[in-house]
Amino acid sequence: MDTQPAYGHSSWLQSTARQRITGLLDPHSFTEFLQPIERVQSPHLHLFDLPSAFDDGVVIGRGSLDGTLVLLAAQEGQFMGGTFGEVSGAKIVGLLRAARDHQELPRTVLLLLDSGGVRLQEANAGELAVAEIMRAVIEARCAGVAVIALVGGKAGAFGGAGLTAATCSRIIVSEQGRIGVSGPEVIETNKGVDEFDSKDKALVWSVAGGKNRRLIGGADAFTADSMDGFRTAAKAILDRVPSFDLRSMRAEQDRLAEREKLFGGCTDAVSMWKILGIDDPEAVSAMDTDGFVTLANSIKGANHDAR
Amino acid sequence: MTLDEILKSLFPSGHGVSVSADGSITGSGKRRDGGTIAVIGVANGVALGTAGVLPLAEQVLQVVDAGGDTPILVLVDTQGQLMARRDEMRGLNEYLAHLAKCLLLASQQGHRTIGLEYGKAAAGAFLATALATDVLIGLPGATPTVMDLPSVARVTKLPVKQLEELAKTTSVFAPGLDHMVQMGAVAAVWDPAKPLDAQLEETLATTSSTDVRDKTGAQRGGRPMAAAVAKRVVAEALGKGGGHASA
Repeated sequence: MDTQPAYGHSSWLQSTARQRITGLLDPHSFTEFLQPIERVQSPHLHLFDLPSAFDDGVVIGRGSLDGTLVLLAAQEGQFMGGTFGEVSGAKIVGLLRAARDHQELPRTVLLLLDSGGVRLQEANAGELAVAEIMRAVIEARCAGVAVIALVGGKAGAFGGAGLTAATCSRIIVSEQGRIGVSGPEVIETNKGVDEFDSKDKALVWSVAGGKNRRLIGGADAFTADSMDGFRTAAKAILDRVPSFDLRSMRAEQDRLAEREKLFGGCTDAVSMWKILGIDDPEAVSAMDTDGFVTLANSIKGANHDAR
Repeated sequence: MTLDEILKSLFPSGHGVSVSADGSITGSGKRRDGGTIAVIGVANGVALGTAGVLPLAEQVLQVVDAGGDTPILVLVDTQGQLMARRDEMRGLNEYLAHLAKCLLLASQQGHRTIGLEYGKAAAGAFLATALATDVLIGLPGATPTVMDLPSVARVTKLPVKQLEELAKTTSVFAPGLDHMVQMGAVAAVWDPAKPLDAQLEETLATTSSTDVRDKTGAQRGGRPMAAAVAKRVVAEALGKGGGHASA
């Protein structure tokens, strides 16, 4: 465990998984499960002449956040894009099942997602791990566990990570935290540059970036790109999580049907924001964090328990 | 088997399953004992987008709302999630996850959910449908593809030929029903030469909501580590270290 002083102002985006854990949790409160010294690593990567990592790109363990006990998993976006492989996926599955089955363990699980989705070299095992994670998230929620997704890393949360985020009780996002299924490059490769120009950064952010997600109700809290920001946002949301039942799923069905109806004809994010009643939607991308948070909190449909 | 053949063999005494113009399957079938099974799914290999999810999730919620223990069959032939900027902009990840969540809710509430893969199944749409059921069945000829080999070749810089060779000794990355059986994703492959209704009843009778896919994958050799790693994490979380998750 590194014992650097807290660096609350440093960037979440630029940090490693381990630095994020240090910045998010109370000092010296983190205990890691399956530490790197145990070398629980991918049994498959050597087939492709690729180096493996001693933690397979996911750090898991327990700690506390402002005194609240939590279980935590953090994906390392810099190792193979934070992807889900057999081992990295199983570590998250185990963590969620532990919370689900054992009331004496912390009743909060934080998922620090930073992932492009399934690891291609282990595609079948990775896809299946995501399916197991999604089921375990729901089963944990049914057992009274709050599962919170934090998205602000370079890889964002795409593919299986995007679906996992939307399975959680709550989602916290920064402007740089992109959430989606197919990434811009994948869509461009498959459908052509006219469908999605992945080089157009403003377009990319307006589609999958944290501000759009927060405004249309795809994320529950928005934070600046800092350790303190994520820490404060997580603290504020921990004990305000929706239950998972017929009522919340019915509400989500209504919410998503309404979104489809409202925005079905929109070709860009600005026109969606206009429909939401934002007077100057063009100004959203340049807004500072405080101004944007105030705006998002005032938007009908952005704040809900339908998750 | 075509979808029509499958439905006839599943429901010899009749069904009310229809396929919409955009490939959404909804309706219900009559079971051997006269009971009902709800049927949803994706047909004709279409891609699943935000609009396609809504009628499927709606029917699942109606089944849960009605109470009882009516099972749900999820038929899958989809090329994957719709790759479109507008669907991404509207939050396709939430729509796909919502369908999975509705199926998981049904399972939690005592409705057995069965996935039946009879054609294509890929990526995000696979997670939202077949992989969110209590048990997944395949039919011969089904082609589950998490990643097609040309894509794997592009990323890994290995020639397709070499990947095909590699796929003979490991099921971890290559497309195909056999590999998904090895991994524990597909529990069983039904025999199309025998009546499907009997096989459906047998599956319903032996299915529970417990997720055993990682254990199955270990038994079949496709996933040597997943189950052991997950188990070891639980032990460490409870402060009972030791034990090894080696292959």
